[in-house]
Amino acid sequence: MKLLTCPVNGTRPLSEFIFGGEFRTAPDQNTCSDADWAAYVHNRQGAPGDKKEWWYHSPSGTWFIAERNTLTDKVSRTYLLADAKKADVKKVAVKKAVVKKPVKESK
Amino acid sequence: MPFRLLKYALKKEHPAPRFFKSHETPKKSYDVVIIGGGGHGLAAAYYLAKDHGITNVAVLEKGYIGGGNTGRNTTIVRSNYLTPEGVNFYDASVKIYEGLSEELDLNLFYSTRGHFTLAHTESAMRTMRWRAEVNKHVGVESRVVGPDEIAKACPQLDLSCSGQAPILGALFHAPGSVARHDGVAWGYARGADSYGAEIYQNTEVLSIDVKNGKVCGVKTNKGYIETKQVLSAVAGFTPRITEMVGLETPIVIHPLQACVTEPMKPWLDTILVSGSLHVYVSQSSRGELVMGSSLDPYEVHSTRSTLDFVEGLTSHMLDMFPFLSNVKVVRQWAGMADMTPDFAPIMGKTPIEGFYLDAGWGTWGFKATPISGKTMAQTIANDSAPDLIHTFRLSRFEDYELTGEKGAASVGH
Repeated sequence: MKLLTCPVNGTRPLSEFIFGGEFRTAPDQNTCSDADWAAYVHNRQGAPGDKKEWWYHSPSGTWFIAERNTLTDKVSRTYLLADAKKADVKKVAVKKAVVKKPVKESK
Repeated sequence: MPFRLLKYALKKEHPAPRFFKSHETPKKSYDVVIIGGGGHGLAAAYYLAKDHGITNVAVLEKGYIGGGNTGRNTTIVRSNYLTPEGVNFYDASVKIYEGLSEELDLNLFYSTRGHFTLAHTESAMRTMRWRAEVNKHVGVESRVVGPDEIAKACPQLDLSCSGQAPILGALFHAPGSVARHDGVAWGYARGADSYGAEIYQNTEVLSIDVKNGKVCGVKTNKGYIETKQVLSAVAGFTPRITEMVGLETPIVIHPLQACVTEPMKPWLDTILVSGSLHVYVSQSSRGELVMGSSLDPYEVHSTRSTLDFVEGLTSHMLDMFPFLSNVKVVRQWAGMADMTPDFAPIMGKTPIEGFYLDAGWGTWGFKATPISGKTMAQTIANDSAPDLIHTFRLSRFEDYELTGEKGAASVGH
């Protein structure tokens, strides 16, 4: 991945973007147990695979979601959170793989 | 090659000595199975046998020994950490390292160089003073030095860093050293093997059997092995192993890259680190400059190299040493760093009985190889972690008792 597609500004060099970590939903802090809250604060899904992640397009100040495989480093799609909330994500934004030239894997 | 040497190579009566025996297939059961044949796993096997008499041990390595992060780091050994617990732990490691070549009967090229962590800002100076005071308190030789002393130790360094980031001072750490990292893995492998531990290369763990919260075996590509104790010492593969036993951890994987230049005559005696310029550099016994930088900025489970990294690193190297502009970078590589939120490792017991974790070594694992092997062997033998690693336990996250070592990371990750 050397290019990434911002849902607002289109395909831009990766250096314009900042990784914001895994997309997660917080448990209800009024009802969840202390252990669950501590797990939410600290623990992460560290195993490789398809992930939903926060990314930030720094020049334009756009936060968005990217779906990326952390093993192959290939992004399958990117979209704004607001669009994701409009029910079916598949209909919005980028459908195809956003990476024009995937970085060649070197083992 | 002279004939009289060659004839020894051709004759069967003088076979080349092997470091460890190769075994066909693993036995049906072992007392302890160690996943990961890097420095940490092999050291644990060695100390299990040497200190505790536990020799019915298998070390399972997916690739070849020392081929992971053990062979991919920049070989720096130091103990100038930030928390007293951290300083004590890494100092114990440095002390074992100092006598390790003799103990393992293998020249590890352990070379004490002195280690300067350069400060370019007032806030960095503050952290250096803090680290120096904690180090002194625990009895580790670290002190804050001014630009004069840095210039004396390394006259080639441009103290103004091309006018971009003038050096105000440094944390000098006298015991800072470099060593041959693959030698450490091979030395421990030979030691463990001599006591009877078995090392299996090209042997991948496919799943771990847990029944009623207890480990009862591991499935590998070379068959099933019964065991009640499993140590995971797999650095960048940790999340894949913990997923097998359903254990959640804070570990995320970021690549960490490094590179070397072509060999030069010796000119750099010390180890230099600049947090602001994201550089750490030393000269190897072969004459190459061994250089590393900060982590890649996002999670990837891969050891790919990037041009961005080498461009960024070399431009900062030129700020420090403008005369290197004609020197070529000849090799670059990456390792998978298993990062924790507090920049301290995760060691010891887990909620699963018989499953021990030696992980979260991120960018700081090589220097801890001997002491982590020793303390993990103790943990497995007694089924209880020694006080020295209490601060690194997995449950610290649940207790919100983190061990903040980020300020002691070599560069601002």
